[in-house]
Amino acid sequence: MESFLALAAGNTLTRLVLFPAVASLPLLFLRRDQVTKVYLLVVSLIEVALTFLYLGSHGGADGIFSLTRDLGPDGKPLEWIPRFGIRFDLVADGISWPLAVLAVLLVPVVLLGSWKGIEKKWPAYGASLLWLTSGVLGALFAYDLFLFYIFWEVMLVPMYLIIGVWGGERRIYAAVKFFLFTMAGSLLMLIAILWLVATYARVAGTWSFAYEDLLRLDLPLGAQMWLFAGFALAFLIKVPMFPVHTWLPDAHVEAPTGGSVILAGILLKLGTYGYLRFAMPLFPQASDAAQPLLLTLALIGILYGALVAWVQTDMKKLVAYSSVAHLGFVMLGLLAADLVAWQGALLQMINHGLSTGALFLLVGMLYDRRHTKKFEEFGGLAKPMPVFAFFLVFSTLASVGLPLLNGFVGEFMILLGAYRTTGFWAVAATFGVVLAAIYLFKMLQLTLWGPITKEENRKLPDLSLREILSLAPLAVLMLVIGVAPAAFLKPSEKALAATLTQYQERLKQTPATEARLLPQEMTAALPRGPVVVGEEVER
Amino acid sequence: MEAQNLLWLIPALPFAGAALNGILGPKAPRWSTNAVALGAPLASLLVAVICLFDFFAQAAPRPAIEQIVYAWTTGPLSIDVAFLLDQLSAVMLFVVTFVGFLIHLYSAGYMAHEEGYQRYFVYLNLFMGSMLLLVLGNNFLVMFMGWEGVGLCSYLLIGYYYQETTPPAAGKKAFIVNRIGDFGFLAGILAIFDRFGTLEFREVFARITADGGAASGTYALGLTFASFVALCLFIGAMGKSAQIPLYVWLPDAMAGPTPVSALIHAATMVTAGVYMVARANVIYQLAPDISLFVAVIGALTAIFAATIGLAQNDIKKVLAYSTVSQLGYMFLAAGVGAYSMAIFHLGTHAFFKALLFLGSGSVIHAMSGEQDMRQMGGLRKHLPITFWTFFVGWLAIAGVPGLAGFFSKDAILAATFSANKVLWVIGLITAGITAFYMSRLVYLTFFGKFRGSHEQEHHLHESPWTMTVPLVILAVGSVVAGWIGLPPVLAEVNQFDHFLAPVIQPLDAGEHGAHHLSHTTEWILIAASVGVALAGIFLARRLYKDRGLAAEQAFSERAPGVQRLLEGKYFVDELYDRFIVRPTAWLAKMCFKVVDSLVIEGSIGVGTFLTELTGDLARFSTTGNVRNYALYFFLGVVALFWWMIL
Repeated sequence: MESFLALAAGNTLTRLVLFPAVASLPLLFLRRDQVTKVYLLVVSLIEVALTFLYLGSHGGADGIFSLTRDLGPDGKPLEWIPRFGIRFDLVADGISWPLAVLAVLLVPVVLLGSWKGIEKKWPAYGASLLWLTSGVLGALFAYDLFLFYIFWEVMLVPMYLIIGVWGGERRIYAAVKFFLFTMAGSLLMLIAILWLVATYARVAGTWSFAYEDLLRLDLPLGAQMWLFAGFALAFLIKVPMFPVHTWLPDAHVEAPTGGSVILAGILLKLGTYGYLRFAMPLFPQASDAAQPLLLTLALIGILYGALVAWVQTDMKKLVAYSSVAHLGFVMLGLLAADLVAWQGALLQMINHGLSTGALFLLVGMLYDRRHTKKFEEFGGLAKPMPVFAFFLVFSTLASVGLPLLNGFVGEFMILLGAYRTTGFWAVAATFGVVLAAIYLFKMLQLTLWGPITKEENRKLPDLSLREILSLAPLAVLMLVIGVAPAAFLKPSEKALAATLTQYQERLKQTPATEARLLPQEMTAALPRGPVVVGEEVER
Repeated sequence: MEAQNLLWLIPALPFAGAALNGILGPKAPRWSTNAVALGAPLASLLVAVICLFDFFAQAAPRPAIEQIVYAWTTGPLSIDVAFLLDQLSAVMLFVVTFVGFLIHLYSAGYMAHEEGYQRYFVYLNLFMGSMLLLVLGNNFLVMFMGWEGVGLCSYLLIGYYYQETTPPAAGKKAFIVNRIGDFGFLAGILAIFDRFGTLEFREVFARITADGGAASGTYALGLTFASFVALCLFIGAMGKSAQIPLYVWLPDAMAGPTPVSALIHAATMVTAGVYMVARANVIYQLAPDISLFVAVIGALTAIFAATIGLAQNDIKKVLAYSTVSQLGYMFLAAGVGAYSMAIFHLGTHAFFKALLFLGSGSVIHAMSGEQDMRQMGGLRKHLPITFWTFFVGWLAIAGVPGLAGFFSKDAILAATFSANKVLWVIGLITAGITAFYMSRLVYLTFFGKFRGSHEQEHHLHESPWTMTVPLVILAVGSVVAGWIGLPPVLAEVNQFDHFLAPVIQPLDAGEHGAHHLSHTTEWILIAASVGVALAGIFLARRLYKDRGLAAEQAFSERAPGVQRLLEGKYFVDELYDRFIVRPTAWLAKMCFKVVDSLVIEGSIGVGTFLTELTGDLARFSTTGNVRNYALYFFLGVVALFWWMIL
C-alpha cells in the first residue's frame, strides 16, 4: 500500500490514471452547476498538464515515445494479488500514448461542448466523465490482463450511465443494449483470460496474469482459435465491426453530445487497440488463420456502413454509421499486418477521434438550438450560421479523406500497406472513399446548402466563443496532421515495428502441438530487468 | 539560380491569400479584400516568371529544377513534399499563373455586386494554390493533393450560389463523379508504390523503363503492370477531364459563376487529366493497348459532346460541351502518342476557351444574368469589345488558319492520321461540327435582332475595364499562342515539340507520328481540316445569320427525334440515374431496412425473446405453494438416487 501511494504521488502513469477518479470525490459536495463545470474544466486541464509533464520528462528526445513503466522501490511492478500473480502494472509505449493523449485532450473539449446540452445532475455527469477517463487510461496502460479487464469494465459503467441518464427519449433501451452487447463480449474475454492464465500456470508452474509472461505461451492452433475468438469478439463488438455493430447507432443517437464524442473518440478505439495489443500478439497463428474472414467483414463494414449511412434521415445516425465505415478501414489496416498499414491504422484511430468527435459536437450544437437532428428540419443553414458551416465543411472534408487534412494520411497509408499484403482487398476498400463522399456530401447538402425551408432556422444564432473554442483545437490538429504527418507517425514507429516483428517471427514458426513456453528472446521487445520508478526502460 | 529555393512560394502565396482573406472575414473593406485576392496570384505569377527565367536561362537540354520542401512522411513510407520545374510543368505553370491572374482580375469586375465577394476570392485563391500544387508536384502524392484540392474548390465554386437549389447539387455531383475517377488514380498510386517503393516521377519512370516485367506478363485484370497502372491513372483523368463516361458533371458545373467556368472548367483544372497522362507518358508508351483505349475514348468524347453542343440554347452549356469535346481532342492526341501536341492544344485551348467563357460572361453580365441565346441577338452593336474579342476566340476554336486553335488542332489531326485513319475521320468530322456550333452561337448571340425583353435591352452595356482588359489580352494570346508550334511544313521542326522533347521522349525512337508524313500529305491534311472548318462556318452562317431561330424550328419539325435526343443530351443523366444511382440507393435501403433492422436486429430480438421465454416458463415453478416445493424436493432426491446408483 505504501509503495502504491508513493507511486501515485510521483510523476507516474499511476498518477495519470488515478487522478481523474480521485478528483471526482469533491463532486459529492458540489451543488451548483456553474461551480461544478468550472471545477471539471480545471481538473481536465490539470490532467492534460500532467500528461504533458510526464511526456516531457519521459518521452524520448528524438520524438519517439519510449517504453516507460511504473515500478516499485524494489524495481519491479507492484504486486497486487501475489497468490495469483496479479500485479498493478502500468506500461506506456508508442502504441498507447497517442490514444491516451487523444483521450485526455478530448475531455475539456467534451466539457465545453456539453456546457449547455447537459441540463441536470452535473456533478454526477462530471464524475462519470472522470471515471471514464481513468478507465480508458488504465485500459490503455495495463500490462496485466487482470488489471486490463478491470479497467475495461470500469469504462463500461460510466458510459452506461451517461447514455441512460442524460440521453434522449429511448435512452434506457440504448443504454441496456450498449451494456448487454459489450458485456457479452467482455465476459467471453474474461473466460478466455482465465483459460489462458490457467494454461500458463500448468506449463510454467506459477500463476501470472502478466502480459509479458503470457506472450511467451505458445499454444496449439485449436486452443489458440478458441482463445482468440474470445478476445477478438470482445474487441470487435467494441470497434464495432459488422455484423455486431447495431448497438452503436442506437447508443449514439440516444447519448448526449459529450457521450457520443467520448464514445466515438475513445471507446471505439479501445476495440482496435485491444486487437492490436492483445489479440494479434497473443494468438498470432489464430489471428492469421482468421484473417480472410475478418478482412471480409472489414470490407463489408467499409462499404455497408457507407451505404447505410447514406440512407439515414437523422444527422447523428449518419455520423454514427460513418464510424462503422471508418473503423472498417482501421481494421483493414490492422489485419494487413504491414508496418505502413499499422502506422496508418493507429493514426486513423486518432483521426477518426478528431473528425468524428468534431462532427458529433457540431450535431450537438445544432441540436441545442433546434432540438432535432432530422435533415428535413434543416437546409440553408450556411446563411444564418456561417462559422458553423465552416467547421462542418472542414470536419466533413477531414472525414472524407481530403489530402492536406488528417483523414487522408491514415486512409492512404492503410491502403498502401494493405495493397502490399492483401492486394484485392485494398483496391475494393478504396471504393469506400467514393461512398464516403456520397454520404458526407449529402449531409452538407441537406444541412447547409439550398434555400432555407423552415422559418425557425432563419434567425439561428451562430456558434458562440465557447463552442468555437471546443472545435478549434480539433480543427487545428486535423490540419497539422494532414500537412505534416511525419511528426505524428514517428513516435509510434518503433513500438509498432517491434510488435510487428514479433508477430511475424511467431508466424514463421509452426504452431506447437502442445502448450509450451517460448524462450525469453522471443519477447525481447518487451521491458525486462531492473529499472527504477518511471525511468526509461532499456530495450 | 533562385528557382530551386523559390518554387514553393508559387503555390504557397495563393494559399496564404486564401487564409488571409478568410481570417479578415467578409466585413473587411473591399480594398483590402482586393489587395489580398489579386495580390496573391499576382505575386505568384511574378515568382513563376522569375523561376521560368531561371529555367530558360539554362543551356538546352535544360535540366529540371527541383525543390524538396519537407518530408511529408518518414520511416518505411518516405514521401517528400517536393516541386519540379521541367519543360512540361513550365508550360503548365505559365498557363495557370497567367490565365489564372487574368481571371482573378476579371472576377473583380464581374463579381463586384455579389454578396459573398470575399468568400469567392478565398475559394479562387485556394484553387490557384491547389492547381499549382498539382502542376508543380514532383511525385504522384503531391499531384494527388493538388488534384483533390482543385476538386474541392470546384465543388465550393460550383455551389457558390448556395442559397439556390441547383448549384450546390451540381457541385456535389461534380465532386462525387470526380471521386469515382480518384478511385482509379488512387489504385494506380497503390500499384506504383507497391512495385517501386517510391512515387517520385522521374524515379518511377526510370524504374518502369528498366523493369522488363512491367510491360509483359499479366499483372491484374489480364493486363500487364504498365497497362494496369495506365488504365487506373486514366480513370482518374476521365473524371477530372470529363471524358466518357464520367463527363456528366462538367455541363452541370456551369451553375457556378462564369469566371469560374472559364478558369476551372475550361482553362486549367479540367486539363489536369491531360497533363497527368502527358506526365506519365513513359507508362503509356509501355501500354499500347491502354493508349489506344485513351485515343478511342478521346475521339468518341470529342464527337459525342460536339453533337450535343449543336442543340443547346444556354450559351454556357454550348461552351461546356465544347470544352468536353476539345478535351477529347487532347486525349486523342495523347492516345496516339503525340503527347506534346496534347499539351500544345491544352495551352492554346486555355487561351481561346477562357476568352470565350469570359466573353460569354460579359454577355451574361450585360444581359442581367440571362444565359439563353434565344433571348439574345444583335449584341454586336452594344458590346463592341466583347464582340471583337469573342470573334477572335470563335475563329481560333473553329480552326481558321493563322490562329492558335488551327495549329494545335491540325497537329493533333496530323498525328492521328499517321496512327489511325478511323480516329482521324472522327476527329475531322468533329472539327466541322465544332465550327458549326460555335458559329451558331456567335450568330444567335451577336447578329440579327435583339430578342430579349425591353428591360434587358435598356440595360445592355459594355463591361468595365477589369473585364475587357483580360478579354483583349486573351484575344491576343488566342492568335499568337499557336505560333510557338508551327507545323513542320512551315518551320523546320515543330518548336514546341522540340522544346518538350526532354520530358516526352519516345522510348523506341522513330515511332513519332507527324514527323513521318510527307509535306504533300501534310498539305492535304491541312486543306481537309480548313475545308471542313470553313464548311461548318458557312453552313451556320447561311442558317442563322439572318433567319436566327427560324432555321432551328424548321429542323426540329423535320427531325423531332434527333432534336430531342441532342437537346436531351442523349439522356445519359437519366440512364445513369436509372441504372446506377437508383439501384445503389435501393441496395443501401435494403442494407438498412432488411440487413440491419430485420436480420441482425431480428436475430438479436429472437435471443431476447428466448431469454424472456425461459424466464417466464421458469417463473411458473415459483408458485409459493409449499406442497409444490415438497414435490420438487422429492423429485430431486429421486433423481439424485437414480444418478448415484446407475
